[in-house]
Amino acid sequence: MSAMKNYKINKTYQEINERIRSGEVVVVTAEEIIDIVRDEGPVEAARRVDVVTTGTFAPMCSSGAFVNFGHSVPTIKTSKVWLNNVSAYAGVAAVDCYIGATEPCEDDPLNKVYPGEFNYGGGHVIQDLVAGKKVHLKAIAYGTDCYPNRMIEKEILLRKLPQATLCNPRNGYQNYNCAINLSKKTIYTYMGTLKPKAANANYCSSGQLSPLFNDPYYKTIGLGTRIFLGGSTGYVTWHGTQHNPLAKRTKKGVPVGPAGTLWVMGDLKKMSPKWLMGVSIQGYGCSLAVGLGIPIPVLNEEIVQYTAVSDEELFTQIIDYGHDYPNGISKSYGQVSYADLKSGHIKFRGEEIPAVPLSSMVRAREIAEMLKNWISKGKFLIGEPQFTLPA
Amino acid sequence: MYSKILILRFPATEVEKPIVCYLVKDYDLTFNILNAAVLPRKEGVMVLELTGTRKNFKDGVQYLKNQGVQVENASQEIKRIKKKCTHCGACTAVCPTGALCIQRPEMIVEFDQKKCSVCELCVPACPTRAMETRPTNKAFF
Ligand code: SF4
Ligand code: SF4
Repeated sequence: MSAMKNYKINKTYQEINERIRSGEVVVVTAEEIIDIVRDEGPVEAARRVDVVTTGTFAPMCSSGAFVNFGHSVPTIKTSKVWLNNVSAYAGVAAVDCYIGATEPCEDDPLNKVYPGEFNYGGGHVIQDLVAGKKVHLKAIAYGTDCYPNRMIEKEILLRKLPQATLCNPRNGYQNYNCAINLSKKTIYTYMGTLKPKAANANYCSSGQLSPLFNDPYYKTIGLGTRIFLGGSTGYVTWHGTQHNPLAKRTKKGVPVGPAGTLWVMGDLKKMSPKWLMGVSIQGYGCSLAVGLGIPIPVLNEEIVQYTAVSDEELFTQIIDYGHDYPNGISKSYGQVSYADLKSGHIKFRGEEIPAVPLSSMVRAREIAEMLKNWISKGKFLIGEPQFTLPA
Repeated sequence: MYSKILILRFPATEVEKPIVCYLVKDYDLTFNILNAAVLPRKEGVMVLELTGTRKNFKDGVQYLKNQGVQVENASQEIKRIKKKCTHCGACTAVCPTGALCIQRPEMIVEFDQKKCSVCELCVPACPTRAMETRPTNKAFF
């Protein structure tokens, strides 16, 4: 390791947690910090503020839960499992399964009636579980000497399950595309409905409140970072799949396209249906909208400077989903700022086109406020990572 | 999936026949009877929500008409289920009248029912199914 930079302000995780315990901690949201740093400068801001909270609430397809549903008599080693008729992966031990957010239910007409509605899938199963609803479990097996049973059916309730763990291999994308459709017909994508001839531009990020936009080089985020997840406490456990720290960045260090991702986990039993919502994306499929927020400890003035990034300094690329994306062509039709996107219109080929969000700012703000509240009241301590994400 | 609330008027001679059951059997439609009555002159009136694919729906309605049933659209309105709305904004991509629009800078999604044309485009476009079709008048009789 090279020598530590000389900072005017140096705080350790332990010192910040001490301040949380004693109730002296100063916590602000990633929106509130913008003006503080602008007015007082990074050194003063870092002296005064201990934690900056972030938040995001949007469909995050790469989500799911491990469910252990307990043994039955006679015993069974399930080889196929369905929860409310949604297939869960059962190739893990006898009575464990993984219910993935994007799995549609078995009798879904899918896109046979185009664009499909995808009314119920894995994400909805997860929401029903956390809402305390009964979920119908059916499982089949081939039968062994130690596990002779070949079929079970039962109703399960989350609170009665031996264990259920939310385990999302890719959440909280650090930036994402702005989608348009240059073809001549309306298309239905995971980026929402895109009208022909670039009649709308859809985007999906909470911008200046988004967790990884506020710590662009992952200096405080890694295995063991304690987070807001699904209405409760969760952890960052790894870098997410497709994590790409090498994406192009601005001078301030923020990537101008999809970059870092998070692998997160938490106890499903403690989560809430308001912050884990099954979603149906027309013509595309089922997913899970996940509420996620990360508190960023202000270790020094460099960190606080990162958290002060505003929508004017955050950019993404306009990508065509009509032809380019499905054909694996990566071509940008221009760079736009989140300030422009959030204004409701962007300029494209000399014309104003409506910009439509898919990520809820209202919910993102609520998460950042909840985290702020938990930390201020001493209910939530900052988790020091064992190691940070690959940068 | 396509769904509409219909008012069916059965002539006196048809009241006894299980016409509606054939909608399920032959047209793969599901229904939810919201109200039904046999009026004094023996003709029947039924308000039901009929759901199925667009084609089956059309064929089913044609079948009803062929049986001498009068079919009318019940007047409908679009309502937002507040608890389900996350204020994501996805519906504003499809709403042609601006009834669904974003209030800035808060980014709250407003629903102004007065501007709504009941085109129903937002119903399948809303990821959490917060937009719902409902009959405006529950007192049909
Ligand atoms: S798409 Fe649905 S959840 Fe999103 S803002 Fe519109 S009504 Fe609310
Ligand atoms: S029914 Fe049509 S006009 Fe009314 S809110 Fe929905 S999309 Fe807008």
